[in-house]
Amino acid sequence: MLSGVMAAVVGCTAVAVYGMVFGLFLQGIDRKCAAHMQARVGPPIRQPFIDIGKLLCKDNVVPDNAVRSVFNAAPLIALAASVTILLYLPVGSFMPILGPWGDIVLIMYLLTVPALAMVAGGFASGSPYATVGSQREMVTMIAYEFPLAIAIIAIAWRLSIAGVADPFLISTIAQTSVWSVTGPFGWLGLLLLLLVLAWVTPAELSRVPCDTPEAETELADGLLIEYSGRNLALFSLSAAVKTVAMATLAVVLFLPWNPSWFIGMAPAVAFIADALFFIVKVVLVVFFSVSVIRVMMARFRINHLVTFYWKYLGIAGIAGLVLIVLDAMFGMGVVA
Amino acid sequence: MSDSKPSYNIPLGPIHPALKEPILFTFKINGEVVEDLDFAPGKVHRGIEWMGMRRNPVQIAHLCDRICGICGVSHTMAFCRAIEQIAEIEVPERAHYVRTIVAELERIQSHLLWAGVAAHELGFDTLFHLAWRVREDAMDLLELITGNRVNYGIIQVGGVRRDVTVDQFPKINETLAAYEDVAGKLLKLFLEDASIRVRCRDTGVMTRQQALELCTVGPTSRASGLEMDVRLDAPYAAYGDLDFTMVLPDQYAGEIRGDVYDRIIVRLLEVVQSISIIRQCIDNMPPGEVMWETKYAKILATCKKAEGEAFGRVEAPRGECFHYVRMNKSEKPEAWKVKASTYSNQMSWLTMLKNEQIADIPIIVASIDPCMSCTDRVAVVKDGTSAILTKQDLHRLSVEKTRRIQGC
Repeated sequence: MLSGVMAAVVGCTAVAVYGMVFGLFLQGIDRKCAAHMQARVGPPIRQPFIDIGKLLCKDNVVPDNAVRSVFNAAPLIALAASVTILLYLPVGSFMPILGPWGDIVLIMYLLTVPALAMVAGGFASGSPYATVGSQREMVTMIAYEFPLAIAIIAIAWRLSIAGVADPFLISTIAQTSVWSVTGPFGWLGLLLLLLVLAWVTPAELSRVPCDTPEAETELADGLLIEYSGRNLALFSLSAAVKTVAMATLAVVLFLPWNPSWFIGMAPAVAFIADALFFIVKVVLVVFFSVSVIRVMMARFRINHLVTFYWKYLGIAGIAGLVLIVLDAMFGMGVVA
Repeated sequence: MSDSKPSYNIPLGPIHPALKEPILFTFKINGEVVEDLDFAPGKVHRGIEWMGMRRNPVQIAHLCDRICGICGVSHTMAFCRAIEQIAEIEVPERAHYVRTIVAELERIQSHLLWAGVAAHELGFDTLFHLAWRVREDAMDLLELITGNRVNYGIIQVGGVRRDVTVDQFPKINETLAAYEDVAGKLLKLFLEDASIRVRCRDTGVMTRQQALELCTVGPTSRASGLEMDVRLDAPYAAYGDLDFTMVLPDQYAGEIRGDVYDRIIVRLLEVVQSISIIRQCIDNMPPGEVMWETKYAKILATCKKAEGEAFGRVEAPRGECFHYVRMNKSEKPEAWKVKASTYSNQMSWLTMLKNEQIADIPIIVASIDPCMSCTDRVAVVKDGTSAILTKQDLHRLSVEKTRRIQGC
């Protein structure tokens, strides 16, 4: 009993450290790639670590008219929730620590918690910019949840039709590639859903073109305007961890392959190879759905953002879902 | 339905990422929509006119360069033209051409700088980096011709201080060719990009009538369809000899809507126009001197003897730049009044920003290419509150000042 608790504590700590370090590296890679695409040299890849280190050394300034408790709690809640998401997601062939105690629907709920914490912190900071930013963050959340839910539900539903047991469990989705159970129609639908998820990622991570809540030139970092020092460092870390979480989610849902499935390897070698391959996949997902999109777009206005996610991505998602349903109806791929 | 929502105030500035220079905006916001606004300039008054009144015209020419880091040539040219008219100094023909070349290069770099800022305000940083990288070529060329990247110090009362020589022509032609290449790319990137079009079309609209009533100048007025360009209306320097037409947005879009998008069109097409103007200048440059008199003592002596008043009008990149000078047989000017183009354009913010979204505030504010420190006036603050001057007050002050200058 005690050893189980110890293992869980050690595992959770390890995942938290992994999430923060890898997340910061991802941000560094993202900044370097974006800089090169803009014909700049860009900061060194370790720059996010330097920034966090600097912020951690600085004082925490709390505005006079802020609600102190909420203002200080928000960054902690955001970071804790981001790390909690990671506990439900696999790394390579290493299955999630809390895997058996939650499923993909829980992850969808958990994904909203950091954003909600930011909203609470923004409202609590008592600045008009933060208030506008919080309102926008809530609207953004409402906008992207619908396409995200379609993508997740469609995949779990297709797995359940294929007769897979516990289709909503992360370990099931990670071990059963959805591409292997669908036919040609389903592949088209999955490609559409992959596109939808690639576009949900920048909104979830508040990056251009969906950084309306913290629009630098409009609201001077909106939600985060009053945050400084350690609190800001915690929010930055939470954003880094969330980057890992979103990219891992995309990998789990759409790119769940591991090299050890195809090539026979010794267990230890297989574990390392899977982990490395997984990291490559995550970096690629971040590159395509964060760096490339933010380099090629101007920022959305909030009404454009809602129109884009509800109308265009909503329709794309439903089209993908319909294709997957047709795929199952006509008995292409695996149907139980 | 939106009437039921309470409105709240957002201060924007004096220091804010959307503003490159300090100015205070107060917005009354309803949801995301601007209901009403007010702005208070007066944060960067530098007293340059005051400094100028204690110097002689040759020195003021260099002070003029410091009014604006971007359109220094326009200010200097406007001031020198005023002095040259009062003192009846005949500027050599070749100097006119050199002035035109430098002024047009300045227009290119100013418009590209603006394009970069506009892209940044829209959240499109790639385009911002591209525009500023392309701008470097114009800066390099200005350095080659004048010796400086900013504050060129090339224009002087009676001509220009350096000639554009034949051995500089290959480099100039090379840069112009590079700009011709890149101009099409910039037009395509700015005007055919869906995300820019959707943000800028029908944003910050100012109709032709409003532009006329608010006395706007430069690209801001031309984007609303108001045909006003000092280079064509009252040709100065070499512009009278050159062949070019006014840039209006319908040349690209086929219609004039007077929105932010039209202002992008006008500025980018003016870059293309400036390339052609510089080419014409280089092809037609007459030989000869570039200064009316090389001895500054003689220029100063002529200015000292001069009596009268004049104004110099120049089409700066941002619009008409206006310098009024009055000399009265003294070394120092008796009066010197600078009206930078932003001064004429800033009132149009009130029209453009009403009923627009918060998200569009930065791009609309930037769309007139504001230059606060060029235009700033003293703000009178008494007992911690700024006194608001009424129309009657302003009239009384103006009459008093005229009487003081005229000594009656």
